[in-house]
Amino acid sequence: MSAATNRTRDTSGLGVARAVAFVSPALLLIGLFLVFPALWTIYIGLTNYTLTGPASVAPAFVGLENFLGALDDALFGNALWLTLVFVLGSAVLGQNLLGFGLAWVLRSAKPVVRRVVEALVLLAWILPSVVVAYLWTAVLDRDGGTLNALLGNESTAWLVEYPMASLIVFNTWRGTAFSMMLYSSALAAVPPSQLETARTVGASGWQTVRDIVFPHIRGHVLTNTLLISLWTANDFTPFLLTAGGPNHESETLPVFIYQQAITNGELGYSAAISFLLLIVNLVVALLYLLLLRRRS
Amino acid sequence: MRVRRTLALTAAAVTTMALAGCLGQQQESDTGRNADAKDVTLTVTANAVAGGKNELTAKWVTDWVIPEFTTQQKDKGVNVTVKYDGIGVDDADYKAKIALDFNTDIGGDVVEIDGIWLGEFAQGGQVRPLDDVVGKDEVDRWDGWGEIPDAVQAVGEFEDKRYGIPVGTDGRVIFFNKKLFAQVGLPADWQPTSWDEITAAAVSLKQLPGVIPMQLNAGTAMTEATTMQGVLPLLASTGAEINQDGKWQGATENVKQVLDFYQQVYGGKLGDPLLAQEAKGRDKSFELFAQNKVGMLFESDYFWRSVVDPTVGVAKMADRDAAVGWAKIPAMNPGAGVGGQDFVSMSGGSVRVINPNTKYPQQAWELLEFMNSAAATKARLGDTAQVTQRQDVNEEVLQNDPMLSFIAEEVLPITRFRPGLADYPKVSSALQQATADVIAGKSADEAAAAYQDALVKEVGEDKVARG
Repeated sequence: MSAATNRTRDTSGLGVARAVAFVSPALLLIGLFLVFPALWTIYIGLTNYTLTGPASVAPAFVGLENFLGALDDALFGNALWLTLVFVLGSAVLGQNLLGFGLAWVLRSAKPVVRRVVEALVLLAWILPSVVVAYLWTAVLDRDGGTLNALLGNESTAWLVEYPMASLIVFNTWRGTAFSMMLYSSALAAVPPSQLETARTVGASGWQTVRDIVFPHIRGHVLTNTLLISLWTANDFTPFLLTAGGPNHESETLPVFIYQQAITNGELGYSAAISFLLLIVNLVVALLYLLLLRRRS
Repeated sequence: MRVRRTLALTAAAVTTMALAGCLGQQQESDTGRNADAKDVTLTVTANAVAGGKNELTAKWVTDWVIPEFTTQQKDKGVNVTVKYDGIGVDDADYKAKIALDFNTDIGGDVVEIDGIWLGEFAQGGQVRPLDDVVGKDEVDRWDGWGEIPDAVQAVGEFEDKRYGIPVGTDGRVIFFNKKLFAQVGLPADWQPTSWDEITAAAVSLKQLPGVIPMQLNAGTAMTEATTMQGVLPLLASTGAEINQDGKWQGATENVKQVLDFYQQVYGGKLGDPLLAQEAKGRDKSFELFAQNKVGMLFESDYFWRSVVDPTVGVAKMADRDAAVGWAKIPAMNPGAGVGGQDFVSMSGGSVRVINPNTKYPQQAWELLEFMNSAAATKARLGDTAQVTQRQDVNEEVLQNDPMLSFIAEEVLPITRFRPGLADYPKVSSALQQATADVIAGKSADEAAAAYQDALVKEVGEDKVARG
């Protein structure tokens, strides 16, 4: 590599040594809190380490046994499927559509209405999980739950009879604020003149959204979908509502990992599953990067 | 290029760190360390919290043990600070907390654990024999051992070694609501002699609107309560113990009979399957019982002492003494119970152990001795009663409480203890899953078959008695 090309690439004029000095604190933190735990997880995932019992003193190296065991474990398949349902239902569809809908409708609403609605939606987002879980348990409880009181029925245990549906509605409610805010600012970037033109030529609401708005905010849709999908896939709040029950019917991957690690004490196995979840996350992120690159 | 090299180096260094790290390390320790210290800090850990679960224990530690022990030590010239680390959560969560505490070298010096966890903790080195932690001479010197019956001492033993001092023991019976029983013409001194008589009573109770005839602990959400209050007593009713002749019960006739009984109860709507599956189903069944909405509950005397007790219970029942009746759990048919018995029960108990990582093993032992003295045990009970570890205390306190003296006189002689084997918790969770399957609609045979497969996977083919 010649000095000339080196200089042309070094646009900031820092020199490599100083550049490395600048990024090394960040790299160190990433190494310490991201790379190291990830490698550590892989390592534990290759052992039969447990919380108690003989394997907690002298864990043995078991190779890929945990990973193969997971593929053979009906409960893991169940958890993976439920995670997919949870992400599709509450993030990709629920939060996305409701968030966009709110942003679209509030655009033309009175400022007072707009502020109030936004504040309420935000409140759902910023309250601590434990508080929110308690409130929702109070709403969905069979005896004396608010929902049953409103419906005038006394017999539906929502979290037991419809666990996944309850969780999807819950998480849509919980997380819509982010999508709403992101789409609000994205919609502000759509040129008003184009919207005006669309109205003059008599385009319907749906046609306007599809042909004028969507091409402008496609990048935002992708970013938003990626972020909320990853957050939802890793969300542990369902545990606070249903603890994965009844009989594993709402046991998403994070809950499954917790149950395996803490309740059953299978640290090795749960580390292997955590690693698989990490891979799923990476695949989703790569897919997004690919889509984004193709767009530009 | 150099950046990439630095990255590669960092990654390599991190990998080495990771792989050089050693899981499950354990250090040897000296029993006499810090024995002469003048400033000592000790922590007591228990699943008990003021205003919540096991309130009596929490109050006893903070209001009695700590001041009394501090004074006693001050007289000897030792400045001791005792802290109380109490939480009130589900047993499974508590177990996870202390297992993590033990593994990370933190946690209390004197820790209360369920006797049934002793096997796995001992095998994992999270707890060690008292002889190793404190010293054999010191331990043997304690005069309290003579007051603790052998069967109760066994709760604190694993492979014939003492790991701690038991807190007492308990027994399982059928609690029932006498007011509801009276409404359907059942006697206040009801005592069934077979499973059919239990279901017959439940069928009568079903006429009452808004009343759940019986709630039999079931499902995975209740964890060990399902096994201990439900499956194991019923298994004993059919004449079997979960571990016989060195083998665990697979899909045997006895296990199928137990699951079939679950099927009768929950399939026949004698119990509420939704309640059994709720995340907090057991706590809720307590509340419903206290509100006269549950006819029968299979529970330990803990229910009487700590749940429906009018002053300290978590689901207080002001008229407990008049409203709550109890009956021994009958064998499936007379004489069909374990050991040819007509009635059966299961017992367990907590143990206080010393954390092997304690800085002050001798002082921790002194505190443990102190907490198990006759005076301390009486102070723990206050006005209440419990089958404590100490005979001398039991003789005094049990006569005041008809329920607890019933446990001591009628139930403990016929009871069984869970096997103190490290595999037990795995077997227990497989049993919980089997009951969950039955509630979810599987037949007893299907659930038993799935249970056997899970069991073989967990403990190995050669340790399972097949049906």
